[in-house]
Amino acid sequence: MPVQAQLLPGTLDLLILKAVSLGPLHGYGVLLRIGQISDQALLIEQGALYPALFRLVRQGLLNANWGTSDNNRRAKFYELTSAGRKRLREETAGWNRLAAAIASSLAAQPEES
Amino acid sequence: MKLLAYFRSIAARFFRRSEIEDDMEAELRSHIQHRTDDLERSGLKRTEAERLARIEFGGHERFKEEAREALGGNFVETFIKDVRFSLRLLRKSPGFTTVAVLTLAVAIGANAVVFGMLNGLILRPLDVPQPENLYGIEHGNEHNMYESYPDYLDLRDRNRSFDDLAGFFITQVGLDTGDNPSTAWVYDTSGNYFDVLRIQPYLGRVFHGSDERGPNSAPYIVLSYAYWQAHFQEDRGVVGRIVRVNKHPFTILGVAPPQFHGTLAFGVPDFFVPLVNLEQVEGRSALNARAQSSVFMALGHLKPGVTPDQAAADLNSVGAYLEKTYPTDHGATTFVLARPNLYGNLMGGPMRAFVSALMLLAGLILLAACANLGSLFAARAADRSREVALRLALGASRNRILRQLLTEAMLISLAGGALGLWGSILLLRALSVWHPISRFPLYVPVSPDAKVYIVALVLALVSGLLFGIVPVRQVLRTDPYQIVKAGPSGTIGRRITVRDVLLVVQVAICGVLVTSSLVAVRGLARSLDSNFGFQPRNAMLVETELAMAGYRGDQVPAMQKRMIDSVAAIPGVESVGLIGRTPLYGGGFGAAIFTDRTTDLRPSNAAATAMRFNISPEYLHTAGTALLAGNGFSWHDDKGSPRVAVVNREFARKIFGSTSHAVGGGFKLRDGTRIQVVGVVEDGKYENLTEDPEPALFLPILQAPMSETCLVVRSNRDPRQLAAAIRNTLRGLDTGLPGLVETWTRQLDLVLFPARAATVALGVLGGMGAILAITGIFGMAAYSVSRRLKELGIRIAIGAHPSEVLQAALGRAFKLLALGSAAGLILGILATRVLASIVYQATPRDPLVLAGAVLAMLLLGLLATWIPAQRALSVDPLTLLREE
Repeated sequence: MPVQAQLLPGTLDLLILKAVSLGPLHGYGVLLRIGQISDQALLIEQGALYPALFRLVRQGLLNANWGTSDNNRRAKFYELTSAGRKRLREETAGWNRLAAAIASSLAAQPEES
Repeated sequence: MKLLAYFRSIAARFFRRSEIEDDMEAELRSHIQHRTDDLERSGLKRTEAERLARIEFGGHERFKEEAREALGGNFVETFIKDVRFSLRLLRKSPGFTTVAVLTLAVAIGANAVVFGMLNGLILRPLDVPQPENLYGIEHGNEHNMYESYPDYLDLRDRNRSFDDLAGFFITQVGLDTGDNPSTAWVYDTSGNYFDVLRIQPYLGRVFHGSDERGPNSAPYIVLSYAYWQAHFQEDRGVVGRIVRVNKHPFTILGVAPPQFHGTLAFGVPDFFVPLVNLEQVEGRSALNARAQSSVFMALGHLKPGVTPDQAAADLNSVGAYLEKTYPTDHGATTFVLARPNLYGNLMGGPMRAFVSALMLLAGLILLAACANLGSLFAARAADRSREVALRLALGASRNRILRQLLTEAMLISLAGGALGLWGSILLLRALSVWHPISRFPLYVPVSPDAKVYIVALVLALVSGLLFGIVPVRQVLRTDPYQIVKAGPSGTIGRRITVRDVLLVVQVAICGVLVTSSLVAVRGLARSLDSNFGFQPRNAMLVETELAMAGYRGDQVPAMQKRMIDSVAAIPGVESVGLIGRTPLYGGGFGAAIFTDRTTDLRPSNAAATAMRFNISPEYLHTAGTALLAGNGFSWHDDKGSPRVAVVNREFARKIFGSTSHAVGGGFKLRDGTRIQVVGVVEDGKYENLTEDPEPALFLPILQAPMSETCLVVRSNRDPRQLAAAIRNTLRGLDTGLPGLVETWTRQLDLVLFPARAATVALGVLGGMGAILAITGIFGMAAYSVSRRLKELGIRIAIGAHPSEVLQAALGRAFKLLALGSAAGLILGILATRVLASIVYQATPRDPLVLAGAVLAMLLLGLLATWIPAQRALSVDPLTLLREE
């Protein structure tokens, strides 16, 4: 198992939006998808997912509907709304800017080492 | 829109609670099942897989709670939970809860009562239609509203600001309805009175301006509702009945509506008669005299759009006209507008000052109570720090804990507020049916209304917030790890805490209250001792009005002489004197005095205004007024002999320069009468107790007769027996003579009533302050002893002296107490400057008061620390150490 990183505050929402943007998912599916797209590098407390999901639904970024999962079990599926898609674009751009800035700052080298 | 959606979500959360709850539960279960499926697939047994899935999921309840919060709208739900939890906690510590609720109930109750008075006496207008633009006319230079009848007519007809102007006079008459003659209070009103006030009759009709056709042309009566109820048993057939007012026949026209109590808060009439019949009612005809006041107050509604300032300017132009046209009757004549119910600024001013001062003190009480509860709550929070730490450790957010603490504070404040309000409603209701002085038609309209309820509620909520936020900082700083590790006796900081500050503030406030109430009580005691210029002890007064019994002209002095002689013949009576009406009781009329040399007798040329009393020759001796120079009168000073007067020392000083120059000197009255001074008496109090020495003159009744009669009877006999004997004697003279017999000290109750009321109010507030000080200090001392019980036990075990133990346990409490008391004393002394303006002879620079205040605070401190000190001393180190 690779070394897992703690999530930065506020990044869980972004990850959820990204995971759901690839297709409708139920809660556990979101967890698996994030694990999959991050190569199991990010540690998410399972239960912490749900408050975040509910928050996103309340903000109108996600839609939720009951359906049947691959395991043939009842599950609630989440998908992006158009507002959610827009938010994902903005947040992604913002994150990339921040990451680039941090990365280049950290890459700075003293004259001699 | 967003807001609407929010509310909808709240409503949905609230009403479909179980549905949403089920949904959430199903979703979380589905998650765990999916995870279990995965784990099972990796080779685990189903039960093992499910256990692991649950562990991986983490704090189920916590996430559910957070999820609920994320859904929003769980405020109500959380609130209900908090309320339940708080109630449980409060039930667990009934002592704390009771003390807290009672403290607040007392404080909020006091505020509600004082606000009820403020509301009823000052804020609430008269209960008449459109009271907001109803104004009375007050004189600009002197705070009274008297007008002569001709002046009233001029003001009514010449102003352009009022819709119409009504006027009334208040007086007492004898009413004979056929069976038993009784005295009653009556408004002599202008014909348009009811129309100006827009009052419709409850029964029959009221009189109108059109009923007036010259003097004594309108012998009509409109009864007040209360009088009709009490004296006519609500008989609807009363309309048209003829009754006798001072022996003159009057026809009852109708009954005024129940909510109408006249236009003065302190003078509620029994019925109304037209002012044009003043001669029959008052026994004097003053309708044509510009120098005589026949209108107690003129009042009316302003025309729409006219401001009080514009109206005053308009009235001043009428005043200028009067001044120019009737220079002998008018000095400078200016007017201002004032609210009628408290008689403008004459009574309204001091009343407003007094009630505002009370409001301030009541506010201080509430503040002290909040400080008290704040420190109690802080102490409680400190004791509960372990519980709080545990809850924090278990994942509760600080927000939730604070919310719960505030809910607890609010519950207490609301309970206290409700209890306090209930008490104050009872008290206010009692006050509004109270007749402080039975023979005056005083009406204290302070029954509580919605405003009082709202104020009490707001005060409760604000004070709940105030003392609720005291422990907030403490909770925010809590580090669960440290506290759980350290245990309950974790070291407490020795630096100044919020609690210390609160205690000092509270003790200081209580010091202010105690000091001011002591100052007031001393002031009252002194004003009872001060020299009135007469000796009220062992003197009986017999008040009557001969005009009410039908005596006219020369019959009056003859009857008065007969009354004096027959009462003097009663065994045990030392002497009997007669005065029109006693000083300090509305007796004495301001009379303009001119020096002997003045020939132009217009008001502006007057040398002084003196209080004028009409007396019999024996009065000065009987009343105990000391003669300083010259002689009194005799019964030979009658109409046939030169006019004579006795004046007081101040009169002598002002007009003649000294007492010795006065005897034999002469002066003139307005009508040009020249009067010679035959004697000088000591100064006294004539209008009120706080006045500066005022000039006064006494005229013999045979030369200046008046039908108003008051016999002063000096005797050492038991007042009740004497009163019965006097009544018998008077009945023997004339069975139809209305009269009232009472001791002079009792009559003075009225004069002292404001000071007494102020003293009682301040005394009660001072007492409350003292109680709050005791509970506050007690709480603080008890708390500090209980915190350090173990330490004290060790000290005793290693042989500490009791005084050292006390020093350790309570030294700090005493220091704070001393600091607070000193601050309170100084502030109290500053505050009593305000008091001195209300309570006669109240001075803070009185060694007795100072000593009393210091002693009181010391006693309070001792009392409050007594039990904790006992507990500190009785600590048994063995038991204590074994317990730990």
